[in-house]
Amino acid sequence: MALPQIKVDATEARLAALTRPEGGAWVSAARGDALARLGAMGLPGRRDEYWKYTRPDSLTQPDAPQAALFEAGAEAPPFDDIDRLRVVFVDGVFDAGASDDLSMAGVEIERLADAARSDIHWARDLFGVLEVRGQSPVERPLAALNTAFAADGILIRVTGRATRPINLIYLRKSDASDVILHHCIRLEEGADLTVLENGPAAARFNKVMEVDVADGAAFHHVCAQGRDHERRAATHIFARLGRESTFKSFTVTVNGQLTRNECVVELTGDDAVAHVAGSVLGDGDFLHDDTVFITHDAMRCESRQVFKKVLRNGATGVFQGKILVKAGAQKTDGYQISQSLLLDEDAQFFAKPELEIYADDVQCSHGSTSGAIDEKAMFYLRSRGVPLAEAQDLLVLAFLAEAIDEIEDEAIAADILTRLEAWLSRRRG
Amino acid sequence: MLEINDLHVKLEEEDKTILKGVDLMIGPGEVHAIMGPNGSGKSTLSYVLSGRGGYEVTGGSATLDGVDLLGMEPEDRAAAGLFLAFQYPVEIPGVGNMTFLRTALNAQRKARGHEEMSAAEFLKLVRAKAKDLKIDADMLKRPVNVGFSGGEKKRNEILQMAMLEPKMCILDETDSGLDVDAMKLVSRGVNALRSEGRSFLVITHYQRLLDHIVPDVVHIMAAGRMIKSGGKDLALEVEQNGYADLLGEVA
Ligand SMILES: Nc1ncnc2c1ncn2[C@@H]1O[C@H](COP(=O)(O)OP(=O)(O)OP(=O)(O)O)[C@@H](O)[C@H]1O
Ligand SMILES: [Mg+2]
Repeated sequence: MALPQIKVDATEARLAALTRPEGGAWVSAARGDALARLGAMGLPGRRDEYWKYTRPDSLTQPDAPQAALFEAGAEAPPFDDIDRLRVVFVDGVFDAGASDDLSMAGVEIERLADAARSDIHWARDLFGVLEVRGQSPVERPLAALNTAFAADGILIRVTGRATRPINLIYLRKSDASDVILHHCIRLEEGADLTVLENGPAAARFNKVMEVDVADGAAFHHVCAQGRDHERRAATHIFARLGRESTFKSFTVTVNGQLTRNECVVELTGDDAVAHVAGSVLGDGDFLHDDTVFITHDAMRCESRQVFKKVLRNGATGVFQGKILVKAGAQKTDGYQISQSLLLDEDAQFFAKPELEIYADDVQCSHGSTSGAIDEKAMFYLRSRGVPLAEAQDLLVLAFLAEAIDEIEDEAIAADILTRLEAWLSRRRG
Repeated sequence: MLEINDLHVKLEEEDKTILKGVDLMIGPGEVHAIMGPNGSGKSTLSYVLSGRGGYEVTGGSATLDGVDLLGMEPEDRAAAGLFLAFQYPVEIPGVGNMTFLRTALNAQRKARGHEEMSAAEFLKLVRAKAKDLKIDADMLKRPVNVGFSGGEKKRNEILQMAMLEPKMCILDETDSGLDVDAMKLVSRGVNALRSEGRSFLVITHYQRLLDHIVPDVVHIMAAGRMIKSGGKDLALEVEQNGYADLLGEVA
């Protein structure tokens, strides 16, 4: 089907503002393919069903909208107390000086910008590959754009148990930064890795992370988005899970004008486990969209989606979550919950939970709710002397707790919780 | 201490008057009891005093040590020394009992211009008070009232009261749902708190509780008003004869 002219024009205008990065043969070929994919799909538009609740304009327009730099003040960055290996990007470019030494036993870490010059076979089998798999049945043009134009990012291959988490830190120096990063992570059989992400990144951030989790391997991911107000971000995670492997991803988001986090997980080996969770605090000019697509294509796999959003003052939350159970994926256990707490009448939440099941012996459930704060609980707290704002924050944290509980590592969960407490108490003034 | 004059209260959403001229005067160190038929307005009175929404005061006044209670936010009433042990304590999933207690205690201390209590000091205190009420460590760790039995919830109310040391304590049917031993435990807890500067208003249906917590004055409430007051013998009379005679007397 021919693309509508308006899409062709919008896509061409965006492409005209981009430059194809240099790269060796295999990377160039992958980028060329991605560009062709993008050309065929066109960038997302307002009429697209998959963008019904979230206007893609600011993500697709040729230049990044202006966004003021954000000063975190005295606040320590997330994960500061955690022993981790830091990989720092400044305005989308790897900064060796600011990063830790990239060597760790059982782990190979490379820059995409360097790897492009050499032939790293495992990265070659991954770069753009999972992204392509994630392009059907739903198109994700911004991910294709990412593969075509990302000049930098990190390539990680894990053969053993990583001794500490790898922390990708995105710093921002320029107020017009329009950053595209592409990461590839391959966990070999039985390997184990935790990746942490944080930092304001850019005025506009397009990030793709492809994660290939081989049999028996475990990947944990915790991402902190915030507190920069004017950020626009479109992120994609594409994960493929082998037999008895584990994939757990959690994102906390505070502030940001527009954030679309897509997570596409394919369970391809029997007995694999995938958990995707998120906690969101939105206030004012804020839209947060969690779009999740989980495909069960093997026996006895478990998937869990737990998303909690607290919204006020005109903030909007969106959740599109799908569980697709293919024929033969018997004994699938799929769970999905998406809830929002609306602190006032201006906040809104749109949820589109979907189940599509082609196997007969499966257990899938989903639920979506949106409600106000529990007035009885509020009064109980206040009658004990807890001031209104503090009581509200206690209930907000209690509401988010179910999603935070999805983080397996206690120290990391505690870090996220402390941060949320601090963010809330700052907002209280 | 607590002074209520001709208090009239209606529901905010409905045209329904519940309190129709309540008068009550409780001096420092006194224990007063309120008894009365179901639906007479006892809980409503306790909610209005502690500041729950949904009610509209259409007349009268209520002051604590001369300060107007009715114009204050619920948290400020708590800081001023008012405490309500709920007839139906509220479950709050996701908020730990300890966090709740510490937040409440420190908020009140802050409101009164005192230093916050250190975590260690708090822990020591709460453990000691919990032990007196036979509340085990596990209950302290659980979310507020979630999964607590009826009796456990009531003991938890008294624990909060013991921690917060209010000067005006209102107990709304704290005895219902308690077994005989728990009732003794709770009464002992309350009696331990009795002092010259602290007053109690005990709402109950059963004279039995008043054997343990001996009141100075007993009031009978019916249809939104106090219809009779007397000594502790009035409770015995109610226990034996019910409310019919009393209601008849007023009618
Ligand atoms: N929010 C409300 N909406 C409707 N009716 C109410 C509300 N609150 C109180 N009432 C009514 O007001 C009356 C008094 O209720 P209240 O709970 O104060 O009685 P009570 O004396 O505590 O009774 P009990 O002994 O059963 O606890 C009842 O008829 C009750 O149904
Ligand atoms: Mg009652």
